[in-house]
Amino acid sequence: MQGIRKAGAELLYPQPKVLTPSRNDVLVLTPWLAPIVWEGTFNTDILNEQFRLRNTTIGLTVFAIRKYVVFLELFLQTAEKHFMVGHRVTYYVFTDRPAAVPRVPLGEGRRVVVLEVLGGPRWQDVSMQRMVVISRFCKQRFLREVDYLVCADVDMKFRDHVGVEILSPLFGTLHPSFYGAARKDFTYERRPRSQAHIPRDQGDFYYMGALFGGSVAEVHRLTSACHQAMAIDQANGIEAVWHDESHLNRYLLDHKPTKVLSPEYLWDQQLLGWPRVMKKLRFVAVPKNHQDIRAT
Amino acid sequence: MARLLRTQTGKTKCCSLHTVAFLLIILVLVLFGWNVSPVLWGQWLRAPPKPLQLRQGALASPSGSPSPAFHGDGWRALPGPPSSTVTFSTSFPSTGFPSLRSVMQGIRKAGADRNDVLVLTPWLAPIVWEGTFNTDILNEQFRLRNTTIGLTVFAIRKYVVFLELFLQTAEKHFMVGHRVTYYVFTDRPAAVPRVPLGEGRRVVVLEVLGGPRWQDVSMQRMVVISRFCKQRFLREVDYLVCADVDMKFRDHVGVEILSPLFGTLHPSFYGAARKDFTYERRPRSQAHIPRDQGDFYYMGALFGGSVAEVHRLTSACHQAMAIDQANGIEAVWHDESHLNRYLLDHKPTKVLSPEYLWDQQLLGWPRVMKKLRFVAVPKNHQDIRAT
Repeated sequence: MQGIRKAGAELLYPQPKVLTPSRNDVLVLTPWLAPIVWEGTFNTDILNEQFRLRNTTIGLTVFAIRKYVVFLELFLQTAEKHFMVGHRVTYYVFTDRPAAVPRVPLGEGRRVVVLEVLGGPRWQDVSMQRMVVISRFCKQRFLREVDYLVCADVDMKFRDHVGVEILSPLFGTLHPSFYGAARKDFTYERRPRSQAHIPRDQGDFYYMGALFGGSVAEVHRLTSACHQAMAIDQANGIEAVWHDESHLNRYLLDHKPTKVLSPEYLWDQQLLGWPRVMKKLRFVAVPKNHQDIRAT
Repeated sequence: MARLLRTQTGKTKCCSLHTVAFLLIILVLVLFGWNVSPVLWGQWLRAPPKPLQLRQGALASPSGSPSPAFHGDGWRALPGPPSSTVTFSTSFPSTGFPSLRSVMQGIRKAGADRNDVLVLTPWLAPIVWEGTFNTDILNEQFRLRNTTIGLTVFAIRKYVVFLELFLQTAEKHFMVGHRVTYYVFTDRPAAVPRVPLGEGRRVVVLEVLGGPRWQDVSMQRMVVISRFCKQRFLREVDYLVCADVDMKFRDHVGVEILSPLFGTLHPSFYGAARKDFTYERRPRSQAHIPRDQGDFYYMGALFGGSVAEVHRLTSACHQAMAIDQANGIEAVWHDESHLNRYLLDHKPTKVLSPEYLWDQQLLGWPRVMKKLRFVAVPKNHQDIRAT
């Protein structure tokens, strides 16, 4: 055949059925038409092809300060099995103990970059400092090296597919403890003095700080805004109830994400079991002793 | 909307006995359904998870010293949602959307706002149906960016007669509150009616030569739109909506449709199997799609996106049609066939439901259509196509 037709095998897959919803038990579209990503809503083959065609590179940022380095091995090993397999991946490991970063065998097109940072004094400070560090490295590094950033907590492991279905200009993840709650019960910051304040009659979802991301440009905007907001709060002698997560929620209320990840992407099986609505548990908490791990 | 006259070939009518039996079965099911519906719904109203055993230290403690006995780094354990917060809509909202509050209370709900249709393609593009979106939120998002929308329409020879109703109804329903430029392509500029326009809205009349046959007019839209993308649209608008002229707006068509690239489900095929889509089936054509491929059958009467994406689409279709012409073949549904090939290879970022392209005379008003937004104007085909 002449002309502009491409040669080779076309991707074959079942026809989408217009009169059959993909999930009839959950909301799969926000009121601003952002997909809420649940198992059953997407076809991995189609999405993989779309993103491979553009040679997409994904950066995964993770902070391992002081004793938290102990989580790195399982985190990286399971990421190798489940995270963006088949795509180019760069793990950005921020740590104050670079020598303690384990060497994990990596698939092709994947690498680990270790970046040394000072760890804040309390776990709340470490959590919050992620915002300013990610923001700074967006310009310094990420803009040139990756297309998308995924910013994750380290005390986690992958146990099922986490792929390009999550990628979009800006995404947040539904907190697994609040996806069924009324907005008045969300643990937003409620004191008007804080920059993160959200009144009880407002709010779309309660997003968890443990997994968010998007294009480098959008993550830069988000992290800069949160950092600024936290600095203002600090100057005013107030610290938001859930720290960076409170500010993340304020930001995503004002700048609605273009995709929302279901709690499949952030789960704690020990705490929450395995409800029927979760068809997969993809990225889950690793059990830990809080007192132990937070002691310097 | 000439192509709407295609309907699927029906099966031969059943004999009357089958019909009666069928109706009886329906009657029984309806009566049965009324009685058991609470049970059926109840199945979907999944019981909230058991209240979780919290470790000593209770719930989210405000920032302070980390409490060793509670899950204090964000994994707050809450008892499951009280059943009152799990809501579902049994009746359909008459306005655009149920209250945001009730929707947000029930992410984990029985029956999403539309539990009768697919609202997300397998590549995670929204399929836009009534009930899926909140107009206020979307309007705010697009007004914040001072979005300007261009609406292209071709009125060649006698088709100028459709312009008045098209523009009048667009003023009532199309992107109200936003900046709009109507680009009217015509070979009879003097015949373009003056229609009163709202603020921030204008008509630009662009003179073109009309192709000899209606098929040529239909296909030439691709090259003309493509050319004007660079010449004009890129500088003047953010999004382009390319529509047939023999239509009228009868309900809201707003910014919910806007995205980098969108197509519209053809109202005669949204329930059909892909082997029955009227794709071009001859391998010699650039528009060829085999019977085991294809996502949807899109109609050529409404598509659009960002200027950049519309430029890519129209250029590609124009090129493909030129190759076909050189090879002595014309695709069965002309520009629409090529549009379908293009959207198979370059999947749209939004898909519009047939609410956005309907023919009430031909297709009635099925329950699944909660609104008929953009509909065919009845016309005499022979008459209107005679030069």
